[in-house]
Amino acid sequence: MNPFDTIPIALRALAANKLRSSLTMLGIIIGVGAVIALMAAGQGAQKGITDRIRGLGSNLLFIRPGQPEDNKENNPVGGQVFTLVSTDADAINNPDRFPYVDSVAAQVFFEAPITSGGQSMQVNFTGVTPDYQFTRDHYVASGRFITDDDVTRKGLVAVLGPNVAENLFGDVDPIGRTARLTVGAFRIYFSFNFLIVGVMERRGATATGDEDDLVIIPLPTMQARIPYIRNPKGLSNVHQITVKISSSDKFGQAKEEIAALLRDRHGVTKDDFTIRSQEDLVATVSEVSQTLTILLGSIAGISLVVGGIGIMNIMLVSVTERTREIGIRKALGAKRRDILAQFMVEAITVTMLGGLTGILVGVMAARLADGQHVFGRDLQTAVTPLSIMIAFSVSAVIGLFFGIYPAYNASRLNPIEALRHE
Amino acid sequence: MIKLVGINKVYKAGDVPIYALRDVSLELPDGEFIAIIGPSGSGKSTLMNIIGCLDVPTSGKYSLDGVAVDTLGDNALATIRNRRIGFVFQSFNLLPRLTAIEQVEVPLTYRGASNRRKLARQALIDVGLGDRLHHRPTQLSGGQQQRVAIARAIVSRPSIILADEPTGALDSSTSTEIMRIFEALNHEMGMTIIFVTHEREVAGCTRRIIQLRDGQVVSDAATPAAAELSASVYLQESLVEEPSA
Repeated sequence: MNPFDTIPIALRALAANKLRSSLTMLGIIIGVGAVIALMAAGQGAQKGITDRIRGLGSNLLFIRPGQPEDNKENNPVGGQVFTLVSTDADAINNPDRFPYVDSVAAQVFFEAPITSGGQSMQVNFTGVTPDYQFTRDHYVASGRFITDDDVTRKGLVAVLGPNVAENLFGDVDPIGRTARLTVGAFRIYFSFNFLIVGVMERRGATATGDEDDLVIIPLPTMQARIPYIRNPKGLSNVHQITVKISSSDKFGQAKEEIAALLRDRHGVTKDDFTIRSQEDLVATVSEVSQTLTILLGSIAGISLVVGGIGIMNIMLVSVTERTREIGIRKALGAKRRDILAQFMVEAITVTMLGGLTGILVGVMAARLADGQHVFGRDLQTAVTPLSIMIAFSVSAVIGLFFGIYPAYNASRLNPIEALRHE
Repeated sequence: MIKLVGINKVYKAGDVPIYALRDVSLELPDGEFIAIIGPSGSGKSTLMNIIGCLDVPTSGKYSLDGVAVDTLGDNALATIRNRRIGFVFQSFNLLPRLTAIEQVEVPLTYRGASNRRKLARQALIDVGLGDRLHHRPTQLSGGQQQRVAIARAIVSRPSIILADEPTGALDSSTSTEIMRIFEALNHEMGMTIIFVTHEREVAGCTRRIIQLRDGQVVSDAATPAAAELSASVYLQESLVEEPSA
């Protein structure tokens, strides 16, 4: 028998039981749709995070203090360690020794309330040097940035992120106004009035948080006036040093040479800091989010298996119901493989149709979810051809796997008994 | 040419073997018109199933047109059923969702024939259903359904038609029509027709009656009608042949 002749037979059998066929298909549609949509969510999350890391600027190295567990001997108690100081940053910014270093930005961070007029909000402050803007490729939209003069004076000036400016001042131009920063603990509070000198350009969320929510002040102002982030030796600690490298092929060399410098300066043989490039961050994050994608896909895969069991169930019922038909077909000369093919084609048709519809549903769900605001985050989804291929081939395999047993049963039926079946 | 030698069919009921057929030997030449009769449980259905290659004997030799059928496997038996044997059942056994012409195409599909539509249409015209090609079983009367079944049985030009109580579900006038069709098939196409029936009236139309009881052949004789029939056939044939002779 020509294998193509089984297709109309299968289609007709499916059409005869439209409700049953579509319910069976629904299991596969939901399964495939869930696989596509959830994998799209996982991959979208990955894409979003890696985009944000790349959006920080280009060719950046991030130097941070070593994690406590990296340095057990010197820090037996655990907790945050401060190993980097602002003079480290000055030492790296040495064009004679590191010709490939474009600019260096040392940063400290802390969170505190800022108040202006009647408005108050909790914001992230960061203390920076003027090089920050060049290192990060992030400039003011109006007013001016922190200047060398501000740094020397330890001036009480601040540049606001656009969100902060908007929330505190609304439509009013904040430049020239003041905002009050309050820090302290145990009933000892310090307040500082900052003159607002500029507003940053809008950048959107990046991997290190929403930079539009930052308040930028001069680094020494932070270090000198807010005592508790100074270290016991009187040195000014920094949380992060960002180094901009002239070209990405110098990353390896830069990492090694800067690490050597820092070890030397800190008088240690084992790194008490970590240096990561953007690509390192991307790789780490991708690994995490790939695990997430696989996890999501597997969860959705369970529903696909459940759908497959549904197919097997229906096919078994269908074979029993059509025992007599099988008997007639065998009497008319159908071979075992003809009957096998008939029921296999039926199962595979259901799963393929379900798979295709599921792909449509999944892609549509991913499209609809893309850009939606959920739990304060912009959802991002990315449907890849790979996930479509995986979903489709998995559904075809499920059709084969769960269709083969009922079809085999059908093909093994004794024609005489099948003909006698009522 | 059907040749059965010492056919036994044994079923086991616990430890006791039950003989559905016991040492049956028959020779059925081509072009025969035969009735197999007997009370229920006499083994006539079993015999028909064996002749129709739906079942294999426990022991004994069965050759169909010179092929030793008892040694063949499942697939070869399916091919023989497809090409050499046409079945007509008491309950018609049409496939519920197919139109008349599609029913008739089924055996051709399994054979892989190419001009299925044309052959199926001709077979339906042969049984007088040229105007019911696209009707489904539920839209046809009992007699029409049985005619579709006959068309389906003859479409692949088998040498043998096995009919199990073909008129059992039909009223008497329809039965007569159906019997006429079988007679015509036997006369005009030279097909061997084997009826399994317990209706004496039906059996009386045939030329040879084989009677079974308890799995054994108890009588095998030409019917009185057979003499007349063969005479009329002889006459017809001679009439046809005379001018050329």
